[in-house]
Amino acid sequence: MSKMLHLINKSPFDRKNLDSCLRLAAAGSSVLLIEDGVYAAMSKAAHADAVSKRMEDLTFYVLGPDVSARGLDDTPLIDGINVVDYGGFVDLVVEHDVAQSWL
Amino acid sequence: MEPWEEEGPEVVKRFMYVNRKAPYGTIYALECLEVVLVAAAFDQDVSVVFVDDGVCQLKKNQDTAAIGMKNFSNTYRALDDYDVEKIYVEAESLEERGLTAEDLIIPVEVVAADNLREIMAQQDVVISS
Repeated sequence: MSKMLHLINKSPFDRKNLDSCLRLAAAGSSVLLIEDGVYAAMSKAAHADAVSKRMEDLTFYVLGPDVSARGLDDTPLIDGINVVDYGGFVDLVVEHDVAQSWL
Repeated sequence: MEPWEEEGPEVVKRFMYVNRKAPYGTIYALECLEVVLVAAAFDQDVSVVFVDDGVCQLKKNQDTAAIGMKNFSNTYRALDDYDVEKIYVEAESLEERGLTAEDLIIPVEVVAADNLREIMAQQDVVISS
């Protein structure tokens, strides 16, 4: 089975991209939140439970520059989410067999 | 004098701008802010509303240096200079995102949907983005 990197770039409040990804991502996959997808990483927001539930079998990442841009550096993120920079983004793409963008 | 140049009693209309999108993922937030600032120069009754992801436009401490986009969040502070004083944020939208008025870059009136519904119903023109 290929190791997949799921990319979420839409707000979970605005679109169903995150919901569908969490429903369909296979155990062992990774999820990287970028652009407006980073709102899904806020620990006090409505989608935190849905993300936390899949913490055990998925690995979550969030792109730091997009977090800072949206003023979320002072906002608690969900425990266990890894913050990466652009270099880390590239590493994730290289480390996974397939990158799937949920558009 | 042409008909459109006739001076009549000045009509002031109630304009409401409804922001529903997050700031950087699309261009809507920035465009709407610019429209509001232009419209404010015409001495109309302007109110600005933030609901859904629109509340994220007002989040404090935005720093866009690393994404190479213009940080326009400080421009919301100019609304006061343009005498745009009716700024409403829907309580339910803040709550859903775990945010409070203290997280926002400007003072706003946090209103419940029940109240916002009535304010919206009183408008002559509503522009949503």
